[in-house]
Amino acid sequence: MKRLLPLLALMAALAPSVRAADFSPAIIYDFGGKFDRSFNQSASEGVQRFKKETGIAAREFEIQNASQREQIMRQFARRGASIIVAVGFTQASAVETVAKEYPDVKFTLVDAVVDLPNVESIVFREQESSFLCGMAAALASKTGKVGFVGGMDIPLIRKFALGYRAGVAYVNPKDEVFENMTGTTPAAWTNPSEGAELAKSQFGRGADVVFHAAGATGVGVMQAAADAGLLSIGCDSNQDYLHPGSVLTSALKRVDVAVYTAFSEARKGTWRPGVKVLGLAEEGVGVSIDEFNRKLVSPDMEARLNQARADIISGKITVPEYKSP
Amino acid sequence: MDTYREVILIMAATIRVATPLVIAALAGMFSERAGVIDLALEGKMLAAAFASAAVAAVTGSAWMGLGAGVAAAVFLGLVVAFACVTHRGNQVVAAMAVNIMVAGLAPTLALAWFEQGGQTPQLDLPGQRFLGLPWPWAQAARAHPLPGLAYAELVSGHSPIVYLAAIVVPASAWVLYRTRFGLRLRAVGENPLAVDTAGISVNALRYQACLISGVLCGVAGTYISTVASAGFVRDMTAGKGYLALAALIFGKWRPYPTLAACLLFAFADAGAARLQGVALPGVGVVPVQFIIALPYILTVLLLAGFVGESVAPRAVGVPYSKEK
Repeated sequence: MKRLLPLLALMAALAPSVRAADFSPAIIYDFGGKFDRSFNQSASEGVQRFKKETGIAAREFEIQNASQREQIMRQFARRGASIIVAVGFTQASAVETVAKEYPDVKFTLVDAVVDLPNVESIVFREQESSFLCGMAAALASKTGKVGFVGGMDIPLIRKFALGYRAGVAYVNPKDEVFENMTGTTPAAWTNPSEGAELAKSQFGRGADVVFHAAGATGVGVMQAAADAGLLSIGCDSNQDYLHPGSVLTSALKRVDVAVYTAFSEARKGTWRPGVKVLGLAEEGVGVSIDEFNRKLVSPDMEARLNQARADIISGKITVPEYKSP
Repeated sequence: MDTYREVILIMAATIRVATPLVIAALAGMFSERAGVIDLALEGKMLAAAFASAAVAAVTGSAWMGLGAGVAAAVFLGLVVAFACVTHRGNQVVAAMAVNIMVAGLAPTLALAWFEQGGQTPQLDLPGQRFLGLPWPWAQAARAHPLPGLAYAELVSGHSPIVYLAAIVVPASAWVLYRTRFGLRLRAVGENPLAVDTAGISVNALRYQACLISGVLCGVAGTYISTVASAGFVRDMTAGKGYLALAALIFGKWRPYPTLAACLLFAFADAGAARLQGVALPGVGVVPVQFIIALPYILTVLLLAGFVGESVAPRAVGVPYSKEK
């Protein structure tokens, strides 16, 4: 027995870590990669936060081409992932296929809806944060003309555009909005030089604030605004720090919160399948104000934004939602 | 006046978009006129875009970046030449191998070196990019729009690489048609046996052509990552190499018609950006998808209807072997 004691002690010491290892989260990022300074990076921040708080690292994968989705999802499921978070609407069909094959594995899909008993779908009311960005743009614009540059032309991005237009019109119905989409294929998310060119074309027509919803393409949009000494509005992650003094604000989409919550709920056993819609009221979306854009946002502008935020939550303002035809 | 302003702005955008196309198409011209298919334009430009952005980010100097970009593209050009000229490999396969390799290698190296997910850091400091300075009186000239705006937007304020592109076109034409080297280069693409018989090395000429192509691709790639944007992003050439190749075929492998083809593509692109969401008289708002496809539709129509037969250099794609 005496000889066994150290062994028992060792086992006791190992036990918690064994239990921690039992929980094995996985995440699959979309095109653009986890450092796109935008949508995927926000998801990655959620993973980092979970790791910091629990010490559990997630298995990660960055999609390089469309055929990898199902393959890697299946691999994660087969190797005993407790929960698989798929980031991005393009993963919907892969989640639908693989979730049926592995009914015991939990899936959380961000940005699209799949109706299965083991899938949680998280979607955001992007139109609400876009509305606030539209207001900010209209309040900051001196020319009465503002721009929007979208990435791939899909309903999700139209949703941003529509909310933005509504926000501009709410402040000043006469303001003009120029709207450009970069392309119709996923390559439209990684084309910063085209993004810059589209932004320049809008500046040429008199716009002095431009909002992008274009992933890595948006980096070019913001660069063009900084080069021209005009204003841009970031998207998904807080991008205010990229060009201090030129980024008016960022439309936040708290993918990090969604990912973190999915992981911790799955760990605690409170994870539930179904559709979760996160808007301003749930703090799932918002606009950023920090030390980098403090000087650009006047107290008056901030007050109006806060008022509109409260009005949207209370239902006094209804933000139009894009319905795909 | 507004129409005039619009036209000038579209023309300015055309110049910016056309610059990398023109340089890359001329790179392809040298290579193909010597008988080596230059399908690797895309890969060479992407490698140059990555190398120049990476070096500019580390050293803080755009010129160092340009040097690295040119070096990377020249190296790849020589790799292709080694496979296709020295070892008589299939030129299409070798070029595609380079394209695929660079598409994977550049983001991988960027990830390993900078840990920003396959991108290079943003180029924020003024010395890291080839930005243009406004020429004298450009601001003052805007007050008199008629010649002034055109001067301010079209002539003044471009990146040095844009002016370089404007010089490279006549220079290439001169080299190709007015020098002994150009004559030999053209001959080697049409009838290498004759060149060989005259006692001139076919392989040396083809290597030289690949070298020139590499240098030009390096400049074009540098433009994409340090002028048109500020840093490298995965796949950022977005098919410009293939578009340049199309322009080259469109221009029948001649410098000025190729320049015209590049300007046409760029004009369609710049015009498309301004057509989005604009209601046209009698038609209404044209769908975005159609407008984005417009440059390509234009290409097909023009190629089918107006350009006529485009005959490639006769020996292009055929490895030369003395023994036969």
